[in-house]
Amino acid sequence: MNATTRGASSRSPSNGSTALPAGTPAPDFALKSTPDQTVRLSEFRGRPVVLAFYPADWSPVCGDQMALYNEMLSEFQEFGAEILGISVDGAWCHAAFCRDRKLHFPLLADFEPKGEVARLYGVYRSDDGTSERALFVINAQGVVHWSYVSPVGVNPGAAGILSALEELQTQEEGT
Amino acid sequence: MKPDATARIPISTLPRADRDHLQGPIDAPIRLVEYGDYECPYCGEAYPVVKAIQERLGNRLCFAFRNFPLVNSHPHAQHAAEAAEAAGAQGRFWEMHDLLYENQDALEDDDLTEYALKLGLDSDRLISQVLAGAHAARILEDFRSGARLDVNGTPSFFINGRRYDGSPEFEDLLAALTADRD
Repeated sequence: MNATTRGASSRSPSNGSTALPAGTPAPDFALKSTPDQTVRLSEFRGRPVVLAFYPADWSPVCGDQMALYNEMLSEFQEFGAEILGISVDGAWCHAAFCRDRKLHFPLLADFEPKGEVARLYGVYRSDDGTSERALFVINAQGVVHWSYVSPVGVNPGAAGILSALEELQTQEEGT
Repeated sequence: MKPDATARIPISTLPRADRDHLQGPIDAPIRLVEYGDYECPYCGEAYPVVKAIQERLGNRLCFAFRNFPLVNSHPHAQHAAEAAEAAGAQGRFWEMHDLLYENQDALEDDDLTEYALKLGLDSDRLISQVLAGAHAARILEDFRSGARLDVNGTPSFFINGRRYDGSPEFEDLLAALTADRD
C-alpha cells in the first residue's frame, strides 16, 4: 500500500530542487492570459499571489489540480490572494482548456520564449520541455514566502497554499 | 477574524462522532473517511467497493462520509449533497447517499424529490431545503476541512487518519485497511 501522511502541517521545503526559496524577491514577468491580454506579476503588488506552475493543459492530473483550485477560489479570495496558473501552453490552448473546465482564474502562457518564466523561478524541466508542478506563494511586497515542488505526477492539493496564506495574514495583522 | 473562521473548522482525518455521518462503531479498530462528490464518476466506482469492504469487515470498520463537491465540474453535485444532508435531517442520510450513488446519471431536482418519496421522507421539506441551501454551511465546512487536509480530488480516503493514495480497487483498499493498524 501507499498511504502517506499529508496533513495540514505537511509543508516540506522545495525538496532539494532549484525552485526559488522563501525570502527571494519574486522575479517580475508579463505573460499572455488570453490571446489579447497580458498579465504582469507586479500588478498584484499589495496582495498575496499564488503561482501554480503545472506541466500541461489537458493531462488528467493537471486538470484535477486546476479544477481543485477553481473550486477553492473563494478560499483564496478570503485571504485577498490572486491565483495564477502557468504552463508552457499557448494562449489559445489555455483559452480552450479554461472554457472546457470552466476555470475562473487566469492561466498564463509561458510560451515565447518557451518556459522563460519557469526558468526564472527554477522550475523548468528541460528534459520534458515543460515546467515542474511547483507552487509559490508571493507576499504583498513581492517576495517569495513559500515554495513547493510536487512530484510531477502528484496533485499537490491546496493545504500548503492555505497554510502559507494564513501565515501571511497573521504576519500582516501582527504589524 | 479569518484565521479564526478557519480555526473553527473541525479538521481531522479520523471519523468524528460529534459531526460526521458514520456507519459502524466510532471506536472500531479500523477507521475509514471518504471525501466524496455524488456526481463524480470515480466516487461512483468506489461506492460498491466501500460497500463490499463494509460487508467484509463488519463492526471492525467505522466509515465516515464527508462532502467534497466539485461544483464547477459537476453541476448537480451541490444539490445532491444538499439532498443527502436534508435526508440526514430526517434521519435517512445513508439511504439517500446510497440512492444518489446508485443513480449518478439522474440527479436533477425532480429526481431528488423522487428519491425522497421513495425513502418515505417529507419530500416537500427536503426539496425546499435543497433549493434554499439549508445545509450549505455544513457542506462548505466539509469541503474546507478537506482542502486543509490536502484532499486533491475525489474520492479521497483516509485510513486510520492517514491518506490512502493507492488504488480504489477492492483488494488494494482491503489490504491497506487491514494492514494499517497503528
